[in-house]
Amino acid sequence: MTISASAPAAATGDRWRLASKANKWTAATAAVAAVAALPILAVIYLAVTPAAEIWQHLASTVLPAYSLNTALLSAGVGLGTAVIGVAAAWLVTMCRFPGVRWFEWALLLPLAMPAYVVAYVYTDLLEYAGPLQTLLRDVFGWSSARDYWFPDIRSLGGAIGVFTLVLYPYVYLLARAAFLEQCVCVLEVSRVLGRGAWGTFFAVALPLARPAIVVGIILVTMETLNDYGTVHYFAVQTFTVGIFDVWQHLGNAAGAAQLALVLLVVVMLLIFAERAARRGQRYHHATSRYSALTRLELKGRHAAAAVTVCVMPILLGFAVPVLVLLRYTLFHPHPGGFWSRFWVEAGNSMLVSGLAAVFAVLIGLFLAYGNRLHRGRALLIASRFACLGYAVPGAVLALGVIIPFAAFDNAVDAAMRDTFGISTGLLLSGTVAAIIFALTVRFLALSFGAIEAGLGRVTPVMEETARSLGHGPRSRLLRVHAPMIRGSVLTAAVLVFVDSMKELPMTLLLRPFNFETLATGVFQYASDERIEQAALPALAIVAAGVVPVILLSKMIARSRAGSGAAQPEAEATVTPDPRAAAPAA
Amino acid sequence: MRDVLVRGACVVGLSVSALAGGVSTAIAADEVNVYSYRQPFLVEPLFKAFTQETGIKVNVVHADQGLTERLQREGRNSPADVILTVDIGRLDEAKAADVTQAVESETLEANIPEHFRDPEGHWFGLTTRARIIFAAKDRVDPSQPINYEDLADPKWKGRICTRSGKHVYQIGLLASMIAHHGAEEAEKWLAGVKDNLARKPQGGDRQQAEAISQGVCDIALSNSYYYGHMLDNPEQKPWAEAVNVIFPNQDGRGTHVNISGVSLAKHAPNRENAVKLMEFLSSEQAQEIYAQRNYEYPVKPGVPLAELLRDLGEFKVDDLSLATVAEHREEAFRMVDRVGYDQ
Repeated sequence: MTISASAPAAATGDRWRLASKANKWTAATAAVAAVAALPILAVIYLAVTPAAEIWQHLASTVLPAYSLNTALLSAGVGLGTAVIGVAAAWLVTMCRFPGVRWFEWALLLPLAMPAYVVAYVYTDLLEYAGPLQTLLRDVFGWSSARDYWFPDIRSLGGAIGVFTLVLYPYVYLLARAAFLEQCVCVLEVSRVLGRGAWGTFFAVALPLARPAIVVGIILVTMETLNDYGTVHYFAVQTFTVGIFDVWQHLGNAAGAAQLALVLLVVVMLLIFAERAARRGQRYHHATSRYSALTRLELKGRHAAAAVTVCVMPILLGFAVPVLVLLRYTLFHPHPGGFWSRFWVEAGNSMLVSGLAAVFAVLIGLFLAYGNRLHRGRALLIASRFACLGYAVPGAVLALGVIIPFAAFDNAVDAAMRDTFGISTGLLLSGTVAAIIFALTVRFLALSFGAIEAGLGRVTPVMEETARSLGHGPRSRLLRVHAPMIRGSVLTAAVLVFVDSMKELPMTLLLRPFNFETLATGVFQYASDERIEQAALPALAIVAAGVVPVILLSKMIARSRAGSGAAQPEAEATVTPDPRAAAPAA
Repeated sequence: MRDVLVRGACVVGLSVSALAGGVSTAIAADEVNVYSYRQPFLVEPLFKAFTQETGIKVNVVHADQGLTERLQREGRNSPADVILTVDIGRLDEAKAADVTQAVESETLEANIPEHFRDPEGHWFGLTTRARIIFAAKDRVDPSQPINYEDLADPKWKGRICTRSGKHVYQIGLLASMIAHHGAEEAEKWLAGVKDNLARKPQGGDRQQAEAISQGVCDIALSNSYYYGHMLDNPEQKPWAEAVNVIFPNQDGRGTHVNISGVSLAKHAPNRENAVKLMEFLSSEQAQEIYAQRNYEYPVKPGVPLAELLRDLGEFKVDDLSLATVAEHREEAFRMVDRVGYDQ
């Protein structure tokens, strides 16, 4: 049954009152977006400050190689994550085979693994002195590296492998949500019209899920492009390495900012291009009736193949690294003082990540709802602009936080000195608040995307009804929307929390004195090649991420409309909407 | 739901204000604040000794990049007192970025030889490290001296390993080559070394010794202290044991050395304590910790070396001024890109 959205018969005065409230919301939304956009704006500001010219040198020397490596890396990781993520999502959603219930959530586990940790672990396993090559030498009687060929983990291929293993969960998460949402009728029609199982997948299901998958790949690409630690460790010469070269070796932060912006623009162009290619192909659910999914029962060879497809990413992206880290933790003594430090680090990590998650959700909610109240193009662009921090290398974005914060602090200080003769010093710079702000801004793309999508699925009829009952915007948000999009809000919180736990470069540069997190602990030990002491903090990062990730997965499983277990309010699904979550454009 | 949100917001607000309050204690009578590019485990024993002796607490922020920019932006309200870093390039850069100030201290001047400190007092070298050559014990004749120039000799084709050509230690060495031979010769040399590489530059200096122990290559460049660090680590000991240490250019200008050093931050709020810390770091006690625990060469004459360093013997040091090395850094960086050393 459909109710046409008839406007409530409100008196003109009421309308005006509501309109002015909406305007206040719009203004507030714009203000919040502006604050969140500060770091990006600061990076742009930095890029246009006069500095030594670097482009000619770079373009005539290393830039072509950097660009090619970056393109290959992004393409490889994009392809890898797409294949693994989509295949696994399709299998666990549409088929029944041994262990499928377990795979549903376990496939998300690598999300909790920091890429740099996985890089350390695999280098340790696969390098010359590692167990694998040692075994091979023993078996074949080789005595040195010159006697045989073994693929080098510190290479472009190694980097693609590591990124694929830790990033495919983004694609899996989004693809799975999209498959869950799909109407079985469409798939059944396809089968009735004579398409086989594969044909249905490629001709119907995949195109329907394409927007979601693309958003997943975009997130993956942005994560790949903003990484420095892993590519540097693997000695892969990417564009991001170029950014840090210019900064570190030429002392040219402005040049680094210019390069970072070029990368950002390329990412935006790619997103535009994909959208343009998709123009006109809009898919809407033709019916609101969902029947329970009838999963295809896989047997024998097919079941074995399905299990393999699901087990491999979990094994390689999670189980193996965790086992290696466990071995280090258990079989190496920890020096005196290690444990007291560890607990402090763990506490600090939880604190900054928890608060970053709360803020990212609140701001994401605010921006998304403000955009819903006032459907203006300018506001939407401003909101999405604020989310671009995700595609900028962390250390560069940290500069973008330092600049406005220090300017603010010094302005306040100067004013106070002039008027009252007292110095307020630095209020925000070098505080934990600066780290939390930086994390919030960096991962706003994740929370805004998830929540915007959630809101998008709340039918406007609800809105109109609540409005006609005299509820203002705030009341509607708290009483109508918030309960309905609980799932999206939690998704946003989990993603931001887990990513913040892993984050390193911003925390490193912005932190106050004597402030260590688990990630900086891992970095400190690992940079001294003491991976055995880096292992425990690394495991703690993973452990802190695992619980929320499992929770998230359980929620997604329950989210399918029409499935028996769904409570009424869970009907608004919990996952980022493909159409809305793209951080740019 | 509304309650939850409101309560949540309150908690968040409170904790953030508590956090902000908790850390704004930068200026205190008995503290000194350090921005450090040097890793915590290297400098912690020194700070502990300093606190024990003076009662002054040392607060540290360690980062691997960006501290100079942070200092610049924080301006006159910056809490930083002391900047600790390695490499003449970075010391020079901090001075050029105008985040340091001059120090006049008789103690510093007495402890640190003139060529290891800035004539204007903006930076002071604390330790030196030599850019040495590791040579495979079983594949390279130990009686034969090797000079930096020899690394471009085709006889080493496929036998050399180094870390990234853009690492500050490599840049420092290349800058010294430019100073001695001119840019054109130095570029030819760098291209020659690149042609001799056994593999794409990767890892740190220790990984090059590791590669020699695995038979990947026969010759590598490294900073001197890594030799000691490897011998101290049971897993890395075999790497060090696979190589002979060679001090290059002993028959000529001497081996290239670089420094780690310290500067006083321009707006140091605890200036007095900061100078105390700087003086302490140049003292016999601290210099000995540097030497014994980090295997760096003390700048203060007469401080006993670690046994291991004594065993390696005296060597002739290239007396090219560090200021000249710093001058050629940018040229060196561009040269590495032109040659495509890291590709």
